[in-house]
Amino acid sequence: MKKINLPKLPNKDGHFDEYGGMFVSETLMYPLKELLKAYTTIAKSAKFRQMLTKELTMYVGRPTPIYYASRISKELGSSHIYLKREDLNHTGAHKINNAMGQVLLAKAMKKTRIIAETGAGQHGVATATACAKYNIKCVVYMGEEDIERQKINVYRMKLLGAEVIPVTSGSKTLKDALNEALRDWVSNVDDTHYIIGSVAGPHPYPMIVRDFQSIIGHESKKQMMSVYKKKADILIACVGGGSNAIGLFHPFLNDDVEIVGVEAGGYGLSTGKHAAPLNKGKPGVLHGNRTYIMEDENGQIQSTHSISAGLDYPGVGPEHSWLKDNKRVQYVSVTDKEALKAFYYLTEKEGIIPALETAHALAYAFKIAKKRKNKNILINLSGRGDKDIDTITKMTQMTL
Amino acid sequence: MNRIEKTFRNNKKKVFIAYVVCGDPDISTTIKIMNILVNSGVDLIELGVPFTDPIADGPVIQKSIERALKKNINLNDVFNVCTKFRKKNKITPLVLMGYLNPIENIGYKKFSKTAAQSGVDGVLVVDSPPEESSVLSSVLQENNICNIHLASPTTNKSRLEAIVKASKGYLYYVSLKGITGSKISNIKSVERSIDMIKKINKNDLPVVVGFGIKDKQTAKKISQISDGVIIGSSFVKIIEENLHNKHRMVDNINKYAKKIKTSIVNK
Ligand SMILES: Cc1ncc(COP(=O)(O)O)c(C=O)c1O
Repeated sequence: MKKINLPKLPNKDGHFDEYGGMFVSETLMYPLKELLKAYTTIAKSAKFRQMLTKELTMYVGRPTPIYYASRISKELGSSHIYLKREDLNHTGAHKINNAMGQVLLAKAMKKTRIIAETGAGQHGVATATACAKYNIKCVVYMGEEDIERQKINVYRMKLLGAEVIPVTSGSKTLKDALNEALRDWVSNVDDTHYIIGSVAGPHPYPMIVRDFQSIIGHESKKQMMSVYKKKADILIACVGGGSNAIGLFHPFLNDDVEIVGVEAGGYGLSTGKHAAPLNKGKPGVLHGNRTYIMEDENGQIQSTHSISAGLDYPGVGPEHSWLKDNKRVQYVSVTDKEALKAFYYLTEKEGIIPALETAHALAYAFKIAKKRKNKNILINLSGRGDKDIDTITKMTQMTL
Repeated sequence: MNRIEKTFRNNKKKVFIAYVVCGDPDISTTIKIMNILVNSGVDLIELGVPFTDPIADGPVIQKSIERALKKNINLNDVFNVCTKFRKKNKITPLVLMGYLNPIENIGYKKFSKTAAQSGVDGVLVVDSPPEESSVLSSVLQENNICNIHLASPTTNKSRLEAIVKASKGYLYYVSLKGITGSKISNIKSVERSIDMIKKINKNDLPVVVGFGIKDKQTAKKISQISDGVIIGSSFVKIIEENLHNKHRMVDNINKYAKKIKTSIVNK
């Protein structure tokens, strides 16, 4: 077995070597440090962890199963496709793992108001859900363009009692929703906790969100052994901000396993219209951390394109930048078209409608399943596709 | 001695600082506005460097930045504006205010060198607290440029000590928990914070106050308790309201600056 021994990061300042950090205006330094302190004391306590585990079991429906996709495995060749079914979580995606943890933490910190940004709306729905359950006020920022393409999730958030604020600045997508949420937080630091939906943002968010999502990888490791008596050879997940990916990858980083993150290739990397900063970007500073970003020759953040709102983001969590540079994880990309094909394929052959974000991971997995012999490929099925039905119907009308 | 230090030492009144975004409505008008500001009594100019994701700014400055970006205004244009301004004006300090990424993009060394050659005296990077800016600070210092930091109502005493230590030129006290363009609500608490900073501050770093100052009364009160007053959104608002009439734009900026100037107290 290959010996891998990565250092435990981030360090105490929130750095993953040159990535990460706390690049925020002065007003936010205090609430970030307060959050770090609460996290390292409260969230690490046995009492908190027991409470969270209980809620994840009884309310969210964990552990989620790993499903062996026998029909497509056979069709694609000699490799075996396993799906970690995060789509079966309450609210339909992995985002609830983080939302539950952070809302409980906010409660313990005596915060009375929660804010969040959302792209696909899955994080918004998860946060609104946890806020409803724990009776705490919830405000969600969402880009106007994303409101249009993920309408169903907007209705869900409103039903759950959240206030959804449309963001009309900049590119009107996830990046701008994050800007607006940060502005809200600066203005309401005393009573408000900000729940970032991915492993992005300033320290300690990349660490907190990673830790709450790591349940995916911990469960997977056990389940592959206990249910299938096998070890995964290859792990694959889609990467927007990178939370479902790091959640699966992190517990495996020092294991002898290939790891692949799949970014949104949009219309193709050569067109410039994509959301693949790890493939095509360079290091810079955005939303409070240093990481790979998509920027123009003057350091202005570029607008991105992806068919999936949840991947439509010009940055990525700093830990992924670190894992790219040290080559522990390979980052590839998949185009809109390839993702769509995989979306249909899984739906028709296995009866599982995946989220368009997830379809990117699937597309790459199907591609290599055809090439590689006898590999156990474990894919993070990060979410279900109900929210994307609108987009899909429009697309089919266009291509029929 | 740098122009910023000279200004704070030699000024008879408390220091009056104006902020406008470079390139809104266009390069030549920005230079005109800068000269008018100086003529109407502004002692130091903070020139905003446009960035796509200005997380500390409210709607007025956001829109101004968006207008500048539509004209493709970037760091090189900002340097050109400073160079042109500096040809005629050798006294008024220029501070670039913006976000880190454009600076990361051209590199700290090249940024600092070009800034110095363009007559820039200070740099304020909103999203780069002292914890993250020791490298930038030292490169700026090699070029005799002050790295200016923010302090805010959420800054506690131990951080204040670190910030004061890391600051050159002046300390920018953010009067409120919020973004630019909000309104100041509690001048008493600003006063308490400044007293605390002054106690920590043994090397006599000037403390100026920004965010939320719009009218004569507030400017007067703030100038009584600090070393200077920063006004941004109100100037930018005048630009926004007169985009189709640049004469009136410059004229109104002149009148407004003069009005504020009369309210700023002597040292
Ligand atoms: C189902 C699903 N997968 C993936 C993502 C991408 O986010 P991340 O990369 O943080 O997992 C999203 C984001 O909205 C999502 O809804």
